[in-house]
Amino acid sequence: MTLEELQTPYEPTWCPGCGNFNIWMALKDAAVKEGWGSTNTALVAGIGCHGHIVNFIKITSFEGLHGRAIPVASGLKFANNRLNVFVNVGDGDCFGEGGNHFIHAARRNHDITVLLHDNALYALTAGQTSPTTKRGEKTKSTPDGNPDDPFYPLSLAITAGATFVARAYSGDIEKLSELIIEANKHKGFSFIDILQPCVTFNKTCTHAFFRDNVYYLGNDYDFTNKQEALVKASEFGEKSIPLGIFYKIEKPTAESGFSQIAEKPLVDQQPNLNGLNELFKKYI
Amino acid sequence: MANDSNIVSVKIGGPAGTGVKSVGLMLDKIAARSGYQVCDNVEFPSLIRGGHNVVQVNFSLDEVTAPRLNSDLLIAFDQMTIDLHHNELKKGGGIIFDSDLADVSKVRKDISLYGIPLRKIANKAGEKEIFVNIVALSATLQILGGNLETFKKLIEEEYGDKGEKIVEADKKAADLGFEYAVRNYKNNLHKYMGPASSFSSPVSYMVLNGNEAAALGAISAGMQFAAIYPMSPINNILHVLAANQEKFGYILKQPEDEISAINMAIGASYAGVRSMTATSGGGFSLMTEAYGLAGITETPIVIFDGMRGGPATGLPTWSGQGDLQMALHSHQDEFPRIVLAPGDVAETYELTIEAFNLADKYQTPVVVLLDKNICENDKTLLFPDTAKVKIDRGKFVKKKIDDYLRYKYEDDGVSVRSIPGVGNFFIANSDEHNEEGYSTEEVEDRNKMMEKRMKKLLTCAENDMPNPEVFGPPDADITIVSWSSNKGSILEALKNFSNVNYVHVTWMNPFPVKFLTDVLSKTKHIVDIECNYTGQLANLIREKTGIEIEDRYLKFDGRIIYPEEIIEKLDSIKGVKKI
Repeated sequence: MTLEELQTPYEPTWCPGCGNFNIWMALKDAAVKEGWGSTNTALVAGIGCHGHIVNFIKITSFEGLHGRAIPVASGLKFANNRLNVFVNVGDGDCFGEGGNHFIHAARRNHDITVLLHDNALYALTAGQTSPTTKRGEKTKSTPDGNPDDPFYPLSLAITAGATFVARAYSGDIEKLSELIIEANKHKGFSFIDILQPCVTFNKTCTHAFFRDNVYYLGNDYDFTNKQEALVKASEFGEKSIPLGIFYKIEKPTAESGFSQIAEKPLVDQQPNLNGLNELFKKYI
Repeated sequence: MANDSNIVSVKIGGPAGTGVKSVGLMLDKIAARSGYQVCDNVEFPSLIRGGHNVVQVNFSLDEVTAPRLNSDLLIAFDQMTIDLHHNELKKGGGIIFDSDLADVSKVRKDISLYGIPLRKIANKAGEKEIFVNIVALSATLQILGGNLETFKKLIEEEYGDKGEKIVEADKKAADLGFEYAVRNYKNNLHKYMGPASSFSSPVSYMVLNGNEAAALGAISAGMQFAAIYPMSPINNILHVLAANQEKFGYILKQPEDEISAINMAIGASYAGVRSMTATSGGGFSLMTEAYGLAGITETPIVIFDGMRGGPATGLPTWSGQGDLQMALHSHQDEFPRIVLAPGDVAETYELTIEAFNLADKYQTPVVVLLDKNICENDKTLLFPDTAKVKIDRGKFVKKKIDDYLRYKYEDDGVSVRSIPGVGNFFIANSDEHNEEGYSTEEVEDRNKMMEKRMKKLLTCAENDMPNPEVFGPPDADITIVSWSSNKGSILEALKNFSNVNYVHVTWMNPFPVKFLTDVLSKTKHIVDIECNYTGQLANLIREKTGIEIEDRYLKFDGRIIYPEEIIEKLDSIKGVKKI
């Protein structure tokens, strides 16, 4: 796999400086390193600025509905558990419209990797407050300041049952690419909250803000400790925005619950109709 | 009143949770195994705590397609059943009841009283309340002249997995009930129910409801993924699919909501396996958004909607036919959708298989509209020839091909579909897109892609759509138009008239415009019969053919339309001829 092979005829349409460029580059970098392409991988996306990404990476993909990317990816993985499945979602997309799907997919531990493009507002609709917007933040829909507390995607993911929970900053492409590879290797529901600036609408969560305030969890951090992970997950402030793997444990995946796909993916099997007459006889 | 001399109708009633439905199903099976054709009607009114459950079993040597307003025999497990239903008994009918508990002083004098100490006898068999049902059913068999051994064999099959002790106790209860009836009601043999041995070649009828037919049809069609969120009245589709998934190798998943159900099914179908979901109207409302997603991404999917009465929660355990226009119109803008509506259990099995083929051939969502009566009422069905089932996956490749274009403009509207993981790049895109699937808002792209997608319906109408079936004389003066479970009652009613026929519509989109225009223009009088408030099929016919049907017999109380009601309606039409 080369960068050229991942090239589509379309140039990204994001605003110059948008964090999506970095996420796009990190995903492509990971794909080149790991050999992800249309023979072994599928991308799924929701709706928002992030969703356009499928037009700029030449890997077979599905751009679904706002908030509904995760169920599409879950079904896709059930039908073909041989594929690496990456789900690109936005903060409004995944936690406004699609919160229920996120919670339950994490609980069931589908073996998919969810990449949250977290710019803390709705950008494609021109700058309204989102579930991850800070209290007091002025947006187009909250001109006097956001009256609501944000919630913390990482805490939610951990408590809901996700088995790989990490945070990245889009500006550090190299680290993000490593995390994406790690997340894909993990068997189970992997979630990376990728902090990204929206250069057009978000005047507080800028590149400079993130650069000044993020730090990486050290080698002494124990990511199997759930309590510690929850403490770290609610840490967000000046000089204290932790990045890296917060939580990682092994748990049976959603797919492993079905012996039907233990040997080979559904899509490679012929429907087995041998017992049909026997089944019908039960109704005599 | 219908001439029902050859039909036996037995109504069984009791409190919810006491096995009324299973008694009905056992009587269905005993009758079917004795060579009779059967149909039942299951009603679960929400009257009081616990609820009052009723099943009516109807059987006959000829096909019987609908329940009756009145019954020959009533099996009452409680006083309420007697109080509510004794007046529905035909002249000379009978009631089987617990002689130690029930008050039958208000029952008409022409009714035979078959008092049996049900609980006392059940206690002798093993002190289990469930045996009351067995005692009552075996006594009923004696009163109907049925075969005890057929019943005991059924007990062995149905309760075999509960252990020999239980089976023996059940069989003892059956013996005791039968003997009691022999001793006390020997000369009161009610109606006839000849034993299987009186038939030279017993036919093997299955007893199946629409939910089971849909599930078995899906399995027969090679369905490999189903995601279903529970909702009455389609729960049994979920249960049958759940129980058989390992044996047949498909996956059944119960997700967090209907939105997830349909999106999961779309994801699985995109990955290359036949996929489905099932719900009722309320769940379908939630699925509306992804209905169009399947349309624009050209992802095959089969959606079952088991219709019940009322908006919102409405009449959860009752029937309705008010979702037709929703299936035809829900979701913004336009996309090709195929909407089918089987009229009975046999059609449900056949159209389910057809739905999967059409979804694949036209790469678009197919809705199968059932109603609660089809979903939950059992009917005898000849054993289907599963070897004849044809699976057609349409233009579909699972290997790498050069210069692949997923949404290539084709004259018939259908491009070659492929899947992720085989090296064919494409984007299944909810944004309007070009032939590869890249997002586009260009005028030419939009126009051509929209025309390509919509063309699929014309191709489907030309290649696959049959004409509606017409029952009764082709040149009748009076023509009934209807759909869904009304079919059964209409066919029973037709037996009483010489100049009435019935046009049974099962394809709602694409729609048999030319055929209906021809048939309906010929007749002198058209009656539309539906279970909804506005006459949604009649409105569709007006929209598509310009023919206005003024005479509409509409019912929206959740109950089945009985043959007697249709006969009464037809009797009121000028020029109708009785046989």
